Amino acid sequence: MGNWVSACHANEIDEEDVIRFDHEQKTYAIYRNLDDQFFCTDGLCTHENVHLADGLVMDDIIECPKHNGQLNYVTGEAKRIPICKNIKTYLTKIENNQVFIQID
Amino acid sequence: MAGITIVGSGDCGTRAAFSLRENDYKGIINLINNENGLPYERPPLSKQNGDVVKINSIMSPEEYEKHSINLISNTRVLKINRESKFVSLSNGIDLYYDKLLISTGAYARPLQQDKFNHCLYLRSKNDAELIFAKLPLTKKAVIIGAGLIGLEMAALLRNKNIEVSVLQDSDRILERAVPEKLAEIIAEKHKSEGVKFFYNAQIENIEKNCITLATKEKIQADLIISAIGAVAKTDLAIEANLPCANGIIVNGQLRTDDPYIYAAGDCAICKHPRYGSIRFETWRNAVDQGEFVAKSILGSNEEFNKLPWFWSDQYELSLQVVGVPSLAETTVKRSIKKNARVLFHLSSKGQLVAASGLGPGNSVAKTIRLAELLIEKNKQPLIEELEDENFNLKKLL
Repeated sequence: MGNWVSACHANEIDEEDVIRFDHEQKTYAIYRNLDDQFFCTDGLCTHENVHLADGLVMDDIIECPKHNGQLNYVTGEAKRIPICKNIKTYLTKIENNQVFIQID
Repeated sequence: MAGITIVGSGDCGTRAAFSLRENDYKGIINLINNENGLPYERPPLSKQNGDVVKINSIMSPEEYEKHSINLISNTRVLKINRESKFVSLSNGIDLYYDKLLISTGAYARPLQQDKFNHCLYLRSKNDAELIFAKLPLTKKAVIIGAGLIGLEMAALLRNKNIEVSVLQDSDRILERAVPEKLAEIIAEKHKSEGVKFFYNAQIENIEKNCITLATKEKIQADLIISAIGAVAKTDLAIEANLPCANGIIVNGQLRTDDPYIYAAGDCAICKHPRYGSIRFETWRNAVDQGEFVAKSILGSNEEFNKLPWFWSDQYELSLQVVGVPSLAETTVKRSIKKNARVLFHLSSKGQLVAASGLGPGNSVAKTIRLAELLIEKNKQPLIEELEDENFNLKKLL
């Protein structure tokens, strides 16, 4: 059972974009898609621990800025090498335009 | 059926092996590795800060078994018999093939003046381990060659507080693929970190702990690293009478003159719709061509047309380049936040043909990636759109 942590204001993230969120020694990436839905994954790429918040978001894919590997940020699935390990995802909810993520 | 044999298990050959399975190839795959251990990524060898070399395996050991890829390690291919379609291995076995992929890569260009082998080179993990083993006892190092590898090593050594001198035989660093404006910033960064540059340096003599220049100046060194480029490994192809130049010549499908033999990666000169005959020496090309050649081997007639792309990490800076900037006519600069910048390179007709960026961390990555997508689509963005940091290039896609 995880707790909901307040991460950011919805407007802090552009459409089809991603920002970094740090909380208690861990780092996350929070995404906003074109339909104004919000998603969250671990912040570091599973290939070489590069922060995904510097990467390009296209539809439901986040590209790692270092080697252009791809992950689906909705499902956490590794989609293109050199990323071959899936990434952890976290539930999100919006309350009063504030984005919350559920952390274990 | 004899299956597909891949000579060389670097980033290219290994990617090709797995790509064959991803494309539903069910036959035998033999992946020949002339080193011990698992296939590993080459770029990290010059970009790390630990005390011992960290080797990144391309795939975990279980993956080879899971995908029925026969990884044959510690084994060299001695000869290709095209007529009977087999390769002779150093373990005495003749391995038959239906199709053959040569992905032998390249070797570090030897320095002519190094007659007594005082220089260390950096290509393989063994090379990296030899260099790292010497670092604890190294106070002064000389790096010959101010290309990407030489400069990455300079940064690595400076991070360990080793004195570094870099010798370059021309008047600027990074001559080949990096725009002068960015090369200048990188040179200044190295200088501010204490690297000493010797430009237009002509080496007269190399002794164990000393290099003498043509000017008679002597530079003391506990460690000498030569990083003056890479030469394609074409021996097997030449011996097998496959046409070669400074690489193995292949067509748009990455196939040689022999209908059953392909070549890809650092060792191959392909026919590119944008650039003509060209040999790429980048990690991205290795994996792109590895992926592509698997499809060709399985019958695809597509033409290889991916854009060249590379990156380099030096200190906290990251450089990324897509396309070939030197072929462009004009350059437009976009400043990114406080201390990063991307240069967009345009043809005489205003078409975006290349982009290069330099900044801390991964600050330029997104912009370069968008530039790559725009170049692929032959877009002609307006100068104002390129210059304006707040204009979202994604809108142009």
